[in-house]
Amino acid sequence: MVTINGTAVNAAGKTVSAYLQDAGYEISRVAVECNRDILPRTQYDTTVLRDGDTLEIVSFVGGG
Amino acid sequence: MSDKFVLGGHEFNSRFILGSGKYNLNLIKAAVEQGGAEIITLALRRANTSPKENILDYIPKGITLLPNTSGARNAEEAVRIARLSREMGCGDFVKVEIMHDSKYLLPDNYETIKCIEILAKEGFVVLPYMYPDLNAARDMQNAGAAAIMPLASPIGSNRGLATRDFIQILIDEMDLPIIVDAGIGKPSQACEAMEMGAAAIMANTAIATAGDVPAMAGAFRQAIEAGRTAYVTGMGRVLTRGGSASDPLTGFLR
Repeated sequence: MVTINGTAVNAAGKTVSAYLQDAGYEISRVAVECNRDILPRTQYDTTVLRDGDTLEIVSFVGGG
Repeated sequence: MSDKFVLGGHEFNSRFILGSGKYNLNLIKAAVEQGGAEIITLALRRANTSPKENILDYIPKGITLLPNTSGARNAEEAVRIARLSREMGCGDFVKVEIMHDSKYLLPDNYETIKCIEILAKEGFVVLPYMYPDLNAARDMQNAGAAAIMPLASPIGSNRGLATRDFIQILIDEMDLPIIVDAGIGKPSQACEAMEMGAAAIMANTAIATAGDVPAMAGAFRQAIEAGRTAYVTGMGRVLTRGGSASDPLTGFLR
């Protein structure tokens, strides 16, 4: 299992690109952290999720 | 008269930094236009799947984005949020705000200094939200801050310049721009801070909770411009005693 935004998800084996697309994220409007390191956009296609990985997927919202 | 606001090597004409929280995304464009703001703050949160709307689609082109690190409780969390924000591809500006007090939302100056040291080395233009303390502000400058953002009163309170005297000390003693952030509730308070010599005003709740959001943004613009002009011009002197006639003292009818 992969922990994605705090929830255990059965996503091991997928690339980050594939996961983001399948889950319905707007890829151009998110940033991704994998195991507490920034995952550059250019690596979404080549990064394969593994069991035990922790992903944070974030986007901008209104704030002060 | 050229009176540019320079922040981290970037020049701005406006001295009004507008927050984007707590109001309808459809009002952002009008608020930016009526407020004349060239910098707008944002927050970063876990993304939703199948989002219906994204705030970036509502912010006019050419506006500088200033992501904040809200939600961070220590330097490490703030650094992660800043890096993620930059990965969104919206520039190098970041407003560091670190707090772990949910009642007053007061910033942790110590953790903020640690965070600035890391982010400034990574090339961020770091604008720290802070409790107005001269020693902390100096440490923030030494750590690489591009400006200092002291609070006027607690975030979202609209209570005005509760820390007036301590903000004045920062303005008088620091070389960096002092941007008064948090608690400014009325245009008159923004004007007063600008008359004191603040470089800019950041406001969100005062606008967001107003009866007419874009119109209040416009009122802040006027107040900030008036205060700035008064400061640059040099305020008239204050008499400690007595009065001084404004009219000629000769030629009276008798």
